[in-house]
Amino acid sequence: MERDGSGPPAAVRDRTAGAPGPLGDGAGARPGRGGRGRTAAAGRRGRGVRDHQGRWGWLFATPMVVILGLFLVLPIGMAAWVSLLKWDGQSNPFSGAADFVGVRNYADLLTGPGQDRQLFMTSIRNNLYYVLLVVPLQTVLSLGLALAVHHRRVKGKGFFRTVFYFPSVTSSIAISTVFLFLFQGSGAVNALLKWVGITGPRWFTDAHGLVWSVLGLLGVVDPDKPVPALAAHGFLGLSWWDWLSGPSIAMCTLIVLAVWTTSGTYMLMFLAALQDVPVELEEAALLDGANRWQSFRNVTLPAIRPVVFLVATLGLIGTWQVFDAVYVMSQGAPANTTLTPAYLSYTAGFQDADYGRAAAIGFVLLAIILVMTLIQRLLLRERGGGRTARRPGARGLFLRGRSS
Amino acid sequence: MTLRRAATAAAAGGALLLAAGCSSSSFGSNKTESQDSGGKQSLTVMIGSSGDNETDAVKKATAAWAHKTGNTVKVVAAQNLDQQLGQALAGGKPPDVFYVGSGVFANYAKGGSLYAYGDQLPDRDDFSPSLRTAFTYGKKFTCAPKDSSTLALAVNTALWKKAGLTPADYPKTWDDLEKVARKLTTKKVAGLVVDSSYNELGPFLKQSGGWITDPGQTAVTADSAANVRALTFVKKMLSEGTLKYPKQVDTGWGGEALGTRKAAMTIEGNWLTGAMASDYPSVGYKVVPLPQGPAGKGTLSFSTCWGIANKSAHHKAAVSLVESLTTVDQQLSFSDAIGVLPSRDSAISAFRAKHPGSAAFADGTAYAQGPVTVPGFTKVLTQFDSELSQLATSDPKKVLTDLQTNGDQVLKNGG
Repeated sequence: MERDGSGPPAAVRDRTAGAPGPLGDGAGARPGRGGRGRTAAAGRRGRGVRDHQGRWGWLFATPMVVILGLFLVLPIGMAAWVSLLKWDGQSNPFSGAADFVGVRNYADLLTGPGQDRQLFMTSIRNNLYYVLLVVPLQTVLSLGLALAVHHRRVKGKGFFRTVFYFPSVTSSIAISTVFLFLFQGSGAVNALLKWVGITGPRWFTDAHGLVWSVLGLLGVVDPDKPVPALAAHGFLGLSWWDWLSGPSIAMCTLIVLAVWTTSGTYMLMFLAALQDVPVELEEAALLDGANRWQSFRNVTLPAIRPVVFLVATLGLIGTWQVFDAVYVMSQGAPANTTLTPAYLSYTAGFQDADYGRAAAIGFVLLAIILVMTLIQRLLLRERGGGRTARRPGARGLFLRGRSS
Repeated sequence: MTLRRAATAAAAGGALLLAAGCSSSSFGSNKTESQDSGGKQSLTVMIGSSGDNETDAVKKATAAWAHKTGNTVKVVAAQNLDQQLGQALAGGKPPDVFYVGSGVFANYAKGGSLYAYGDQLPDRDDFSPSLRTAFTYGKKFTCAPKDSSTLALAVNTALWKKAGLTPADYPKTWDDLEKVARKLTTKKVAGLVVDSSYNELGPFLKQSGGWITDPGQTAVTADSAANVRALTFVKKMLSEGTLKYPKQVDTGWGGEALGTRKAAMTIEGNWLTGAMASDYPSVGYKVVPLPQGPAGKGTLSFSTCWGIANKSAHHKAAVSLVESLTTVDQQLSFSDAIGVLPSRDSAISAFRAKHPGSAAFADGTAYAQGPVTVPGFTKVLTQFDSELSQLATSDPKKVLTDLQTNGDQVLKNGG
């Protein structure tokens, strides 16, 4: 027993620490083995229980597994199969009646020159600008709203929280329709702009890119006359002039809509996170001489970092799938500048009866979302060095705050 | 361990079984159903209705047939016909009779969803030839045109007078059109408002002697000089501001622009009369034929046909139902209810006598160009529409070259 490899050092450790073993001095030489014996026994018994638990677990999980399998995994598999077919939607795609074309649908979208790729790349460009503007804007706005209604001295917090959350609980179709009227050529927005002496654009018919419009105002380029050097060359079926144009004026209204409607939901998430940040931390920082911004930047923001990641990820996924506002407000017009992959997939299926291409668009979109989320995770990853460096700082503030 | 594996296997197996059951019930077989020859058959008719008027008219007409023959008919008014029909066809249980728009006709015919019954109709030669061509696939007259619509020029009579114009000034040529549009255009009124779609701008192509395809729809003829001339003319009026698209004057379509007095003239089909009567009864207007272009007269006709599902078990009864829905009398009563033109030549003169205000629409059927019905062409034409909406700042030649390239590609790939 004493020859047991792990026994003596443990006993030595116990003795040097001056603490008697749990089983008295004499047993101090054997805790290793005894312990191991016990855990082994417990493990065996435990596995028996877990086996039992496993069975019950499966039983209870079965409804969800079946539902998920039937309505999620299986349809995804079926769609993946359809994306390899040329299927017109009028036969059984699993009977061999539809032509198997392999990856041709994907090739048409990504490599083959033609209308399919041009439309798809246009939709990708539109959605990319949409994401690049909506995600940061909605994150910042919702965080700002959350900070505003979180503040202890604000009166009528409940009222403002309700007001800010309102757009999120209203049907997106209804809001889209209201926006249609607001942004009409003679609508409320342009009437307001007129008051301050600006002639508003015809929002939903203006296909000019924001970048070229702004540069046009500065007199750098003429938005109606593409710069030949950019228009002559291109990438993946679109000219550089088109790639770099930014969101169209019409797309900007959709961006405003998305930011406005989603910020309420994300505000709630931020609010929950803010309420979890210990008040002492912030007080300590203030006592330590940090101003509001420093305490927000170095104490509050690191504390709610996981929620920032959550909001940005949810925003990213949601914005890449934008469909309802496009369907209601613009149907891709003007000049395809509000076309998004999700809407293109819908029209490919139900208007062009090309369900294979529609499914392929869906899978490319899925790939884009996965890649984007991974990139974002890398960017927002908790950097080991940065974190440990910041934490003692916060703690230091805290401790010093206490002692002073 | 084994237990867990067994459980997983069981779960997976169960899911597969369920899936198999699910897929076989939802996708059915591809065979044509055996035909029902019983006396009392029950038919389903799916329509994409423009409103209660149309739904009621179809219900009344089908009920009369059902009463006479002892069958029963259920009329379903779809919210989104293309989508609902697409799902029903994919599901293998389509309605027996349904509206088939010219835009989806070719796709359905190519997919074998339509029962080609046109040649069984005793009066098949009475249907207008351009519509018969449109609803012919693979040299078979597939389905009977339900009705028809043509385009004409509608003029606001009050604004016309105010601009100092008389009925003698109704435009006969493109030059006339340009001149009167200029006179009618004021700060608040656009001389001519036309939808930015080939469906409304198409007559200019015809009047110039061109069109999107050749008469047999076997080749795309988009980049012809005649088409370039037509779009150049449209672009000229657009940049002068005498022609505007509905969205530029905050309206959804030409009829709304005419009704709200934002347009003095518009090019629309005979659906205009119903909308003007119900939405803008106080606005006086007159419908005149479209002006002639360098190559003569030209207008477009539109139609929907009565499709019969290949998978229906009631082919005989369905053909009899369609026959009753396309008689001269029935077509005229549909015209009264929803303002459409009859699709039969022999009903046109009766229609003219009954609706003198729509004479210009009726006259158009004689020389109208039918819709494009090439499989897979929907996306090509959508793209063409999208580029037409930007015509004011783009090159007509490029718009037509794009149409040519996209169209050629679809024809080459066989849809």
